[in-house]
Amino acid sequence: MGNALRFSRRSVLRTMTAAGGLGALGAGLPWTPAMAKTLVIGFLYVGPRDDYGYNQAHAEGAAAVKAMPGVKVLEEEKVPETIDVENSMESMINLDGASLLFPTSFGYFDPYVLKEAKKHPDLTFLHCGGLWTPGKHPTNVGSYFGYIDEAEYLSGIVAAYASKSKKLGFVAAKPIPQVLRNINSFTLGARSVDPTITTAVVFTGDWSMPVKEAEAANSLIDQGADVLTCHVDSPKVIVETAEKRGVFCTGYHASQATLAPKGYLTGAEWNWAKVYTDFVKMVQGGIKPPNLVRGGLKEGIIKTSPYGAAVSDAARKHADDVKAKFMDGSFVIYKGPIKDNKGNSVIAEGKSHGQTDIALESMNWLVEGVTGSIS
Amino acid sequence: MDHASLGWWGVPLAVLAGAIRVSTPFLFVSLGECLTEKSGRINLGLEGTLVMGAMSGYATAYLTGNPWAGVLVAGLAGSLLGTLHAMICALERVNDIAVGIALMLLGTGLAFFLGKPFIQPQAPQLPSIPFGWWSGSAQVRSALDINPLFLVGLALAPLLLWGLRTTRWGMVLRIVGESAEAARAMGYHINRVRLLATAAGGFFAGVGGSFLSLSYPGSWNERLSSGQGITAVALVIFARWDPVLCVWASLLFGGAGALGPALQSVGVTQGYHLFNAAPYVLTLAIMIATSSSRHRLAGAPAELSVTR
Repeated sequence: MGNALRFSRRSVLRTMTAAGGLGALGAGLPWTPAMAKTLVIGFLYVGPRDDYGYNQAHAEGAAAVKAMPGVKVLEEEKVPETIDVENSMESMINLDGASLLFPTSFGYFDPYVLKEAKKHPDLTFLHCGGLWTPGKHPTNVGSYFGYIDEAEYLSGIVAAYASKSKKLGFVAAKPIPQVLRNINSFTLGARSVDPTITTAVVFTGDWSMPVKEAEAANSLIDQGADVLTCHVDSPKVIVETAEKRGVFCTGYHASQATLAPKGYLTGAEWNWAKVYTDFVKMVQGGIKPPNLVRGGLKEGIIKTSPYGAAVSDAARKHADDVKAKFMDGSFVIYKGPIKDNKGNSVIAEGKSHGQTDIALESMNWLVEGVTGSIS
Repeated sequence: MDHASLGWWGVPLAVLAGAIRVSTPFLFVSLGECLTEKSGRINLGLEGTLVMGAMSGYATAYLTGNPWAGVLVAGLAGSLLGTLHAMICALERVNDIAVGIALMLLGTGLAFFLGKPFIQPQAPQLPSIPFGWWSGSAQVRSALDINPLFLVGLALAPLLLWGLRTTRWGMVLRIVGESAEAARAMGYHINRVRLLATAAGGFFAGVGGSFLSLSYPGSWNERLSSGQGITAVALVIFARWDPVLCVWASLLFGGAGALGPALQSVGVTQGYHLFNAAPYVLTLAIMIATSSSRHRLAGAPAELSVTR
């Protein structure tokens, strides 16, 4: 047996030379030719990616990217909006060779994404929700977001037709401009059908508080609201509570139709699949993605859930008509005169704010017909 | 106003309904912790146990189709974590509070890891008993849809009180908690008693967790508990280690938690952050009002590491 393990000096030397040569060859070759074919893309989520909400909407977009040829997708969930996100991006870049990163939560932007972008000027960072400012932020950073309140306006129309009590309920996390804009658009949509409709708002104080959200939903239903909607990270609990109590609901972020087969009317959904595949195609084709991307139904960044069985024909027709106007860009939600719920005029007669108007991104009022206050 | 709306009557109703709906996990965890602390040991890991119970209960209910099997498995998972705590604490020079914190992290981490596939599916829910059948109002009927687990908790509290006061087992438990040396002199196995008390406490906390995922709010996700387990541990001190007072403390917390959303839904919207903080303000106020720098908390077991 010992013979089998005995090598002649010559054969050992030969093997070693060959191996050394191979190693030198490998070291000499740059990795890029092999990598150029596969684009490594990293997605970072702030919560679990199957939350029926914000993160699931992004993960569905990532899944669409995964199906494209020539890409490798990395995903990391539950990355806190702290230095952790920097570390996660670092490891995606250094260990896996990611060259395109999608940090999808609002709080990642400043300072973490900006810092990483300065450190790696040859990589691309596309962030959801931030406002990229030329001259101030690095050029390899982009920010994208959608006017989801267009879909909320349509949900409001559908909700108005379904409501018998003329009272709608809105469970919201925090009174920030994005949320207020959704509440206002939802209410304006409903009141375009019936101006006597009111929306009661309950703020829970944080993005994910399942017990408080269930309490808020029950309180609103007890007060006579018969259509509920929400702006929280995961609408699951609210939609399930509405279904249990036998009232209608409209969804947010992603489709929750399977959770409420009887009461789910429609919903405002992100269409990240389109946004992400477009971005990836640009990068693959050697085109630099634009730094600031915004859009609504027309641009395909937003979509609505298919109508539920409980939606009447009149409601479908009304909502579809308005949707068609959104699609050709002729519809403006914030057209004066509009009063806030304290009776002050916030948009004067004859004045209108189109979707891209930056004034809407600092909204700090609730429209007439909303019961609630932001402080 | 509309006929279906209750107006201001909605607030006391919501507080009552909230007290019934939200208090059950507090109740079970605090009863469990009460039992454990009576034996002279603190298990801070009950937050992890609660989350683990919620996850394992939901998963079992989904896989077997039987929510009661879920409750049982949640309890067993809880007692397993309790046993682990007791076994580690039985070693020499081990601090039970540190072990508790470690187990809290272990329990939540394990539950998140194992619970990943169960966030999406919907598990069958525990049925509730419609005590509101006599009322014509849908709101009252819904408020009085009471889950049997809440009733079990209510019955358990006086039973525990009676058991601790009058039965032999209860007395042994209290001796171990009051004076380990006396118990040793009488020939009782201190670690064995504490093991049983911690395992039983873990069982209750696990069952409390299954209420969260199988009844109210009734789904499994990673933010489900948001600190209820740790709040319940504090409730035990608040309730002076008395199981019946634990019931009142839990009801108070549940009701106070419902106050914020209820007031907002009737249109009292100013200062909702303050109303949302109501339970914590209340606890602080009562703690300050009843504490003293001169003597140790009445009812505190003498062997507890925090009071010793």
